[in-house]
Amino acid sequence: MKTYDVAELALRNLRESVLRNSLTTIGISVGVASLVAMLALGIGLQKLADRRLEKSGLFDTVIVTSRRELRNFNHEQEGTGPAPAESPSLDETARLSIAQLPNVLEAYPDIRLVTELRFEDKPHLTMIAGLPSSAKNNEAFDGMAGSFFSSPTAPEVILQKSFAEQLLGKSTKDDENIKVSDLAPSLLGKQLLMRYAERTAAADSTGAQNDSGAAYSVISREQILKIVGICDLDPDSLRQQARARVFLPLEFAENLHVLQPSDLRDTSNVLGGKPTYSTVEVRVQSPKYVQAVEDSIKKMGFNTFSIVDATKNLRQFFAVLDLFLGIFGSLALAVASIGIVNTLVMAILERRREIGIMKAIGASDVDVKGLFFAEAGVMGIFGGAVGVALGWTIGRVINLGANVYLKRQHFPPEQIWYVPWWLVAGAIAFAIVVSLISGLYPASRAARLDPVQALRYE
Amino acid sequence: MSSVVRPKPTQPVAISTNNLCRYYRMGEAEIRALDDLSLQIRSGEFIALLGQSGSGKSSLLNLLAGLDRPTSGSVVVQGHDLQNLSRQDLAKYRLKTVGMVFQSFNLIPSMTVAENVELPLRFAEIDRDKRGALCQQALDRVGLGARIRHRPTELSGGEQQRVALARALINQPQILLADEPTGNLDSRTGTEIMNLIRDFNESLGMTVVVVTHERALAERYAKRMILLADGKLLDDQPNIVPSAEMTRGGMR
Repeated sequence: MKTYDVAELALRNLRESVLRNSLTTIGISVGVASLVAMLALGIGLQKLADRRLEKSGLFDTVIVTSRRELRNFNHEQEGTGPAPAESPSLDETARLSIAQLPNVLEAYPDIRLVTELRFEDKPHLTMIAGLPSSAKNNEAFDGMAGSFFSSPTAPEVILQKSFAEQLLGKSTKDDENIKVSDLAPSLLGKQLLMRYAERTAAADSTGAQNDSGAAYSVISREQILKIVGICDLDPDSLRQQARARVFLPLEFAENLHVLQPSDLRDTSNVLGGKPTYSTVEVRVQSPKYVQAVEDSIKKMGFNTFSIVDATKNLRQFFAVLDLFLGIFGSLALAVASIGIVNTLVMAILERRREIGIMKAIGASDVDVKGLFFAEAGVMGIFGGAVGVALGWTIGRVINLGANVYLKRQHFPPEQIWYVPWWLVAGAIAFAIVVSLISGLYPASRAARLDPVQALRYE
Repeated sequence: MSSVVRPKPTQPVAISTNNLCRYYRMGEAEIRALDDLSLQIRSGEFIALLGQSGSGKSSLLNLLAGLDRPTSGSVVVQGHDLQNLSRQDLAKYRLKTVGMVFQSFNLIPSMTVAENVELPLRFAEIDRDKRGALCQQALDRVGLGARIRHRPTELSGGEQQRVALARALINQPQILLADEPTGNLDSRTGTEIMNLIRDFNESLGMTVVVVTHERALAERYAKRMILLADGKLLDDQPNIVPSAEMTRGGMR
């Protein structure tokens, strides 16, 4: 029989016992829906985690330090590469060549200083750091009160919540639930006075400016800063104890020429001359490039630090999670496949005589087998399509419910649910394959039916 | 002048059975449905297979139709030993070489008249656009051209058997095997059906084997009568067939 004849006859046979076949198809749909729902949840959670990690800036960042800096993150790197005294300086030239590496988005100097800030004539000592404009998308600023810097050179500051509390004389210990929005009215738009040490080129005996590393002047300066934002989370958490609680626009901070600890060290450096950075932060396009970028930077003679290994473990975790969700989702489909076998075996009993007639008038085993196979396949196609739609709907509902919950907990809405096109296609294909496998036994049983016996059957 | 119609020795042998046996097991007992049966049927013959029920006539018909396989002996149809055919080839033989009609019509109730008649064309993989005309032609031949959209349950017994005949005819087989085709019909309708079968035999040159236990019917239509008893050949004789005009004239 030709394919379209098989399909046509299969469809008309399915229509003949529409209730039973519909129930079987619904069984497949439920199986596919549970599979789609489970996997879409797994994929959605993985995407959510990826998104969060990307926004956190933790996993796509490489911190570069000079090997000359002996107080460093990675002491194990001391044994490799050039000796500290022979290693290159982490200066502007080095920063630019790092920024040129493939898959590097940006490389910017880490400018931080411990200094005194005056607020309403009361001094507060803290760590201040420069923030690049790209940090605006960092998740730490998601629940921020106020706004990000108006420009990279504006004399503005963003405060971390704990420092804001300190300025107002409050402590988290008194009240665990202080919100940034409670602190904002008394701080936003107010001014802070920052004291800092500026490195300026020293005037030599001839009066000409001298930019030699060994000779510079340090001048105490003051700068008025405007508070524009208070953030709840900690943008600088990677630094642990050295993390800053007050942030300036990076370009503005650079232009202040604040004396850096490396400046003092380089006073005794024979290579000395230009100012160097104690740390350069490198942002990489995606966490998967971090290792390659780190290797390239190490070859240039610098020390690097990242927490890329954590993402590898995370991916493994999600692979296992998806596997388990998939297995649980498939269980319902396995049950549905037994339903298909049952339905088709029943159909053989019911249509025994019909099969006998078809064989008597010239149907081959292949024709009969094909017919039952096609019926299983059609149930698979319909079951798969309806199941995907059902699974998608279930997912939407779960997503909606989760977002209502998140909203109550004062979190921004999230897409914890994701149905990629390959899941849609894969689920339907899987349903068809499972249905066809279920149809194997009934189809071959129908094909082997003895026509003489079948014709006697009433 | 007597018109004894003997199988013309000039006609080729269409069907021959050689020492054909078909035994069934029923618990301990062995039932010999056919026991060492040898006969030859020439092309274009109209044969009536007569006998009591249980005499083995239906078993013989099933073997000739390729629906069943013999315990021993052979069935050779148009030079092909059915024993040597694969299941697939046997299905093709049933599709192309023989047409079958049954006592209980065996139409598929969920299909319309046209769909029932069309079914063998589907198995034969005839192009879709040619099928309509072929069905119409076959149904016109049995006088049911106007009822193609009806379901079998909406037809009388005689009409259903006509549909079955049209279905048996559709792939233009050379052999028609009929198992008690009038058994479920009143005698007037039975006569109409037998007239149709004789028409196939005479105008299409089909070899016809009709199983019946109605001796009168056999005598009226068959050119040769084979009598079976207990699976053995009891009698095989030519029949003096009344002229077609007489039977068509409504002789009872």
